[in-house]
Formats: sequence, structure tokens, C-alpha cells
Amino acid sequence: MRLTCPICGERDRREFYYQGDAVALRRPAPDAGDDPWADYVHLRDNPAGETRDLWQHDGGCGAWVVVTRNTVTHEVLATVLAEDAARARS
Amino acid sequence: MRFSGLRVLREGLTGNKGWAPHWRDPEPKADYDAVIIGGGGHGLSTAYYLAKNHGMTNIAVLEKGYIGSGNIGRNTTIVRANYFLPGNSEFYSHSLKLWEGLEDELNYNIMHSQRGLINLFHSDGQRDAFVRRGNAMAAQGDDAVLLDRDGVRKYLPYLDFDNVRFPIYGGLLHPRGGTARHDAVAWGYARGADARGVDLVQNCEVTGIDIENGVVRGVQTSRGAIRAKKVAIVTAGRSGQVAAMAGMRLPIESHILQAFVTEGLKPCIDHVVSFGMGHFYISQSDKGGLVFGGDLDFHASYAQRGNLPMAEHVMEAGMTLMPMIGKAKVLRSWGGIMDMTPDGSPIIDKTDTDGLFLDCGWCYGGFKAVPGSGYALAHLMATGESHETARGFRLDRFRTGRGLIDEEGTGSQHNLH
Repeated sequence: MRLTCPICGERDRREFYYQGDAVALRRPAPDAGDDPWADYVHLRDNPAGETRDLWQHDGGCGAWVVVTRNTVTHEVLATVLAEDAARARS
Repeated sequence: MRFSGLRVLREGLTGNKGWAPHWRDPEPKADYDAVIIGGGGHGLSTAYYLAKNHGMTNIAVLEKGYIGSGNIGRNTTIVRANYFLPGNSEFYSHSLKLWEGLEDELNYNIMHSQRGLINLFHSDGQRDAFVRRGNAMAAQGDDAVLLDRDGVRKYLPYLDFDNVRFPIYGGLLHPRGGTARHDAVAWGYARGADARGVDLVQNCEVTGIDIENGVVRGVQTSRGAIRAKKVAIVTAGRSGQVAAMAGMRLPIESHILQAFVTEGLKPCIDHVVSFGMGHFYISQSDKGGLVFGGDLDFHASYAQRGNLPMAEHVMEAGMTLMPMIGKAKVLRSWGGIMDMTPDGSPIIDKTDTDGLFLDCGWCYGGFKAVPGSGYALAHLMATGESHETARGFRLDRFRTGRGLIDEEGTGSQHNLH
């Protein structure tokens, strides 16, 4: 699997650290209470198919990248800088 | 039909005409006392123990493929009880005891071979950790022997003891650890459950779970609706999808674990050898193939095939530890879908829906747990109480933070196990 870093271009998967589901972009408010936080930390949709997850290009530029990909085929559909994804949400 | 040496001899002399199918191929009935979703090792053993220990025989196992088609038929077959933490220790200890009586109990040759498992260490600090683990195993009533460097050399003379990065200081020997033939375990449990009246329904995919007023009523399947008073989800890597049919999200992320097997060789590796620092472990099957694997690919995946980086890493680790295997040709590799929990430990519990049970989160260690998991889930389904060996495997430990079982000590977070 190869991932396209928005800054560096297409690179081997080995250059990236996998953080997990891109749930980090939907972080609850600090005072949101136990349930939203427990969900955020532990519960996952875990889809078989299209998913969005968070990777860091730590063997390259260090950027955090949101990767849209298919978990069944390993096809990478889109990559975008996490800060751009977060800005687009707000 | 009972198996015995005499029977094999007689059949051999009379044209093998007396063998019968090991289980029936029944049509699903409209109504069961309990339905188990998933005909893998854990689902089959659950059905077997429900029938044997609790007298529940009006039950069905629903399998979307065929018996033995999932991870139970493709894994590295290691059976051991060398866990450290309370919660895990008593469970795996019980499971290993069940393994030790399984061939007689099932009248089935599962080729359980207690050839001994050796976990290697490479520093003083690691030795201390293994002394502690060995003491925990002994305290649980299981067996552990600390080997120094020469002790390991006696068992495994072919290792590279003076590797520059990971010189071998010694190992922790678990003499009762070993391997078993994986698909025979599924077949043995399937035959045992079938003989007690359990319906094993293959090619039957569950497409929905019927819930009314917080009580489970049955399931929708590709072969029609089936009513059931109790339903258990025992679907390993697919747990997330099946639980979603009941409106649940789980603390599970599915990852790929690869394993490899070489062409058949003459006997050369007589034990299970685990090289934790390189994330590599190996044994030799009775057919002669070297069976070995490593760590997860470390990203969510249902592809059932691995990526090259981990394949390369595993081969490199193998060559680091035992250069003699370099000329063996890899015959095939495969990737299984692992249901990874944040703390790396499993879940056997009720859910918020009455009558709906969950058995999942076995991560990359489900094979050795097959007897213990079925035993404990059957107990929970029949009595409503957790079995004494599985009280730690609660679903709500992630929400409350109480009772996390982080065997690796790396933290309870999705990408760490």
C-alpha cells in the first residue's frame, strides 16, 4: 500500500505512522461528560469498505494526513492534510 | 461412529466403505432456544459446551461459509497458558486443561502436541520480566522453566546466539505449550455438537438481529427468519458488522495478521520458538512446513491479505534468529482479520439487549482460547452468570476504566496492540 502525502507526494506505507480512525477530528468538548468521551476513545464504526483514518508522515515531513481508503481492497481514495480536514469541518 | 486404531485398520482392509459424514447438513428450523452466529472455533465450542454441560440441545450454529473456512482453519496453531495478568491467567490455564483432555473427550485426533514453547530474552531487564512471568505462571499452577543461554542451546542449537543486536541471554520454557491441528479442532467440536443434536447450518448468513423492547427475538438470515430466545455473536473480525445489526458499536478495530508456511522439510524445529524482540515466532507442522508469523500490519483492514512491509519484516526477523531457514521456500502466506480491542484482551459478556451475548476481541490469540471461550460463553448463556475463569472479560471495562487487562503494558488504545 502506498499513500500520497499532500506535501511530499506518493510514498511507501512504511514512511507513515498509523494513528487510527479519523475520529480525532471529532474530539468532544472537555466537559462533554463520560459517555461521549468513552465513545470517542474506544468505540469504532470499524467499517468493511470506505473509511477515513489518520496517519502521520513521520518518515517524511511529519504532517498529519487524513486518508480515505477502502479497508477491503486497500485502495487509497483520497488524502488530505489533517489541518485542512479540520478546517473544512469547522 | 467411534474412531479408533482398530476401526482405521478394519476400514483400511474393507475398502473404507464404513465412514460416514462427521455431521449432518440440516435445514434451519424456525425456532431455537439459542442461536450462535459464527461457526468458527469459538462458536462451535460454545455450542458443544451448551449441549454437554447445560443440556441445551435445541440450538443452532449459523455459519455464512462452511465449517472451518475462517481463522480457525488458517492460523499458526499455538496452544499455551503463559499469561501474566489476573483475568487472563486463570482463563488460559483453564483452557489449556480443556485442551489436554480434548482428544479423548471428542474422540477426535486434533494432533495436540505439547512440544514445549520457548520465549527468548536478550537482556537483563527482559530476563527479570520473564522470571516474573514464570512465577506468575507457576502461581497459577501452570509450568514454567527459566533457561539460561546454555539451557536454550540444548533445545535450540540452531539459533544465532551471538547476534549483534539481540544476543540470546536465555528463554522461558513452557513445557505444556505446543500446537494442535487447527481445522481438526473445528471438526472435532462440530462433530461433538452435532452428535448432541445441535444444528450446524452452513451457507447461512445472518443479515439482521430482531430486537423488541430491548429483548432479542431472533435473527434474519439468507435462509429465512429464525426465532431464538438467546443469540450470541461469535464472529471474530466481523464482530463490528454483526453488532451493528443490533445497533451496537464495539471497542474493536479489525486488523490484518499475516502468517507464512514453507515447503515441507525434514523435522528440524522441535518446539514453538518465540522471538518477541523481532515479532517473530515459528513452529514446524507435522507435515514438515515451517509455520511462522509476526506482528499485525498495523492498520485497519478486512482485505484478508497482507502488505509487503510486514512480510519483509517477518522474513528478516526469521533470518536474524535462525539463519538456517534462509534456503526454505515460502509456499504460501495468508492474512486473517483480527478483532483488536484497545487493551488487547477479549470480551465475553452480556449486552444491553436481553438475551444477546458477545464473544469477541480475541485479537491475534484466539486459537488457544477456543475451548475456554466456548466453555465460558456457554456458562454465561445458560446461567446468566459469568464463568469464574472469564469474569474479567467485561465489555464495560473500557467505559469505566476499571479492570482493563493490558497484558503487554503498552496502554489501552486502539493502535497499540
